[in-house]
Amino acid sequence: MGIPKIEIIEKYCKGCSICVEFCPTQVLQMDGFVARVVKPEACIKCMQCELRCPDFAIKVYPE
Amino acid sequence: MAFDYEKYIRPGKLPHIWCPGCGHGIVMKGLIRAIDKCGLSKNRTAIISGIGCASRLPGYVDFNTVHTAHGRAAAFATGMKMADPGLTVLCVGGDGDGVAIGGNHFIHACRRNIDITYIIMNNHIYGMTGGQFSPCTPTDGFASTTPYGNPDPVFDIAKLAIGAGATFVARTTAYHANQIDKMIVEGIQHKGFSVIEILDCCPTSYGRRNKFRSVVEMMKQHKELAVPVTAAAKMTPEDLQGKIITGILHQEEKPEYCEQYARLIDKVQAQTAGKG
Repeated sequence: MGIPKIEIIEKYCKGCSICVEFCPTQVLQMDGFVARVVKPEACIKCMQCELRCPDFAIKVYPE
Repeated sequence: MAFDYEKYIRPGKLPHIWCPGCGHGIVMKGLIRAIDKCGLSKNRTAIISGIGCASRLPGYVDFNTVHTAHGRAAAFATGMKMADPGLTVLCVGGDGDGVAIGGNHFIHACRRNIDITYIIMNNHIYGMTGGQFSPCTPTDGFASTTPYGNPDPVFDIAKLAIGAGATFVARTTAYHANQIDKMIVEGIQHKGFSVIEILDCCPTSYGRRNKFRSVVEMMKQHKELAVPVTAAAKMTPEDLQGKIITGILHQEEKPEYCEQYARLIDKVQAQTAGKG
């Protein structure tokens, strides 16, 4: 099981910070009005950020 | 594996117009996943909406979609379903569109038990038109038209739908994103009128006026207040005060309207045969 690939589509992200706040392992962080992946190695692939992103801006590829 | 939402979204339509943090996007994703799970064809699925923020949803998704008059989604959907009973018909809309301006159409669609799935995104306010209070604005809640707090009691959409005769009624919240598609799948598969109320967050029109610092705070409140229907059955009415009961609240089998209507046509044709 490798480190998952987490893609943030910046032009869709509106900076609501839902993904950052609900991530159980603080993989994501806000950088101004855009979410950024800061600790991909901590990702447990729960997919909650992808599910809850209202703007279709996060994609998690578990492998 | 990341879900491929683009397959069902009209090219060039994203990013959508909803405000940062608005839960309508979460519901739209749930709806797309549900349609994908049911294996419905784009050409045999119709999504109908009225007017409002939530009613912008059909503009983004690549199905047969109709954006109708305010509150009239259920009326147009009834017509489409009657004309082509094989079509999978879904309605989407907000609380103001569905149960205030379109309240009459909504209760009569429930009464007829026509095979339509109605998804109500209840964000407690009229977001698009300037934050006026809706019948789902909590008592004492603030809106642009209730600057001193809302004196009105609140509509319980699920109880209204059950009382009016809907045969499948479920409720969840935008926080419980993985429940949304499950509920919609059940609603689509149920033969009869299905109502799925999804409690949503409007950070711009409702949140700011009601001392929520962010949409995250609104979603955390839904998380804390939600009680699954099985757990709620063991709780007293006092304990359930102010809670949000989630899950499938009501399901029963009753004759479906299109089938009843077809039976009536057959009966009358048999009676009048040979008399012409």
